[in-house]
Amino acid sequence: MVDQSASIDIASLVKRHGATLAVDHVSLTVQRGEFFSLLGPSGAGKTSVLRMIAGFETPDEGTIRIDGRSMEAVPPNRRPVNLVFQSYALFPHMTVAQNVAFGPTMQGAPRADITSRVRLALDMVKLSSKEERLPSQLSGGEQQRVALARALVNRPSVLLLDEPLSALDQQLRQEMQVELKSIQARAACTFVCVTHHQEEALTMSDRVAVMHQGRVLQVGSPQDLYEAPGSAFVARFIGVSNELRGIVRRIDGERAIVHSPECVGEIQIVLPLHLAIQVGSPVTVLIRPERLRLSTAVQGLSGEQSLAASVDKVLYSGSDRRYLVRLGEHVVWNVRVPNDESGRHGLVPGDHLSVRWQISDAVVLSE
Amino acid sequence: MNSSPPAGRAESSRPVASWWLLGPGLLWMGLLFVVPLSLVLVISFAERGTYGGIVWSFSLTNYLDLLHPLYARILGQSILLAAVTTVLCLIMGFPLAYYIARTTPRRQGILLLLVMIPFWTNFLVRTYAWMFILRTEGLLNTLLLKLGVIATPIELLYSNTAVVIGLVYGYLPFMVLPLYVALEQVDRTLVEAAWDLYATRWAILWRIIVPLARPGIMAGCLLVFIPSLGAFLTPDLLGGARSMMVGNLIQHEFLVARDWPLGAAISCLLMLFVMGMMRWLLHATTSHSRQEDAS
Repeated sequence: MVDQSASIDIASLVKRHGATLAVDHVSLTVQRGEFFSLLGPSGAGKTSVLRMIAGFETPDEGTIRIDGRSMEAVPPNRRPVNLVFQSYALFPHMTVAQNVAFGPTMQGAPRADITSRVRLALDMVKLSSKEERLPSQLSGGEQQRVALARALVNRPSVLLLDEPLSALDQQLRQEMQVELKSIQARAACTFVCVTHHQEEALTMSDRVAVMHQGRVLQVGSPQDLYEAPGSAFVARFIGVSNELRGIVRRIDGERAIVHSPECVGEIQIVLPLHLAIQVGSPVTVLIRPERLRLSTAVQGLSGEQSLAASVDKVLYSGSDRRYLVRLGEHVVWNVRVPNDESGRHGLVPGDHLSVRWQISDAVVLSE
Repeated sequence: MNSSPPAGRAESSRPVASWWLLGPGLLWMGLLFVVPLSLVLVISFAERGTYGGIVWSFSLTNYLDLLHPLYARILGQSILLAAVTTVLCLIMGFPLAYYIARTTPRRQGILLLLVMIPFWTNFLVRTYAWMFILRTEGLLNTLLLKLGVIATPIELLYSNTAVVIGLVYGYLPFMVLPLYVALEQVDRTLVEAAWDLYATRWAILWRIIVPLARPGIMAGCLLVFIPSLGAFLTPDLLGGARSMMVGNLIQHEFLVARDWPLGAAISCLLMLFVMGMMRWLLHATTSHSRQEDAS
């Protein structure tokens, strides 16, 4: 069974480094033309997966198919993929144009063809004026563009990017996120990007696979991952999340009442259909900081849940204010309030209030 | 591109300090290198006395004598043997240096030690050892005869082959060490990048590794070629009368023929040749890379 629209099809891939499983039965399907990211902390195994797709490492188990063709025993120089290295790995003794021409030259393309393709690739990354420079004469951002052009000039079926923006400064990184996305659209090519930077993965990708300790925890669109994380790890890794652990006390149709020993009061949740939750089940409730509301009023709006809290710290960050509010001895939540409501500004540490949220904004996970 | 350090009061005192530190080295070089070399140059224009002394007069006789075909033949033979030695050292040293540069740090230490171990013993003694190996009834012939590879002993000692064997043996470490340093600095990800960009192993070697290791290759070749060209001990012991090199000729003129001015003239000619060759090599490689940049 081979999915025809799949660009990359990975089935139960395993890679061992000594006794540890660097990659633990990873299965993934990347669609043609997709911008796909492997996101995870360092040591999650994402780079190993990328290097196995490129062919630099051999899987201990499992298969990799690219465009339906098995990559078993196919060396890197015969794979329809090109890698943009984290360090760019530009050839220091060759000019920009020679670097970009390297791939087509090795493939034995005709000279005239190479010249026009190199020009096209350099146009795409807006570096046509620097083709006679040596890599050492370029800035970090320009070197990155050369590395991109050197890979894209080969018209690979899949472009692999290893932490592509990690060496750039903050400003340039944000520009390149947009740039990479538009280059991908122009090149009409599948991108597989490895990153440990969640914001990068969310802004650029069509779909993201979150990896941890060699396993894929969840695959989904950035919106899915942010709004419906499947595990506490995913919720914590992608954005900031507030957590409350508790026990289900009562079940009433599709809603349930959760009591937490960590704070005062009970909350209502919507029971997720895919989880088998019964009375007595331990659950974790997650709510994003921007979905919370702070209120000193006694009565909440309809459909709102609330818990009593006190202000711990107020952090001013320009566009919004972050409040750290204490719900219990060990529970401190992050609340983000846009900097436009004048009424909230008077809150100071020590104030007592209630934290409120819409019942549907809470994500429920079973332990 | 490189920003120069800002000029300041602290900076201005530095050159003075470094001049003082250069003092001992300059003194050493001045007394033991420049003075003797100048003497050799002066003597090369003097004349030989009837009983071997030096007659202090200015003449070009020694240099005109060198136009004799015999000297040209010896110089040509020396260049040939030194060139063959250099090429063999490069061919043998490159894979070895590459392996050492790419292996684990632990193994690197051991292998580098093994490369340098021969220096722990006197060069003369090691060359004598080669005489025992290469002699007609020596180790190599005995072994080959016993194994039935040859029927009659081959005459290895006292030939150009023996000289080249001795020179390669003696100067191989001088090729391996600079090559190792250069190859160790070649970034492994560049090799991976080339591999990813459809290069075969052969293309990776010639287009990435060799160009990046060029300074090391040049250094290694010079370190082998120059001393091989001036060698006299190895050709003297392993080459005998048939394989005279420039080094032997100089030694002969100074010690046997007692013709110091002629010996000095040959020395000067040799130095001039080496300097000219280095200039040419430097020019050739820089213009080569410039041409590469332009294409």
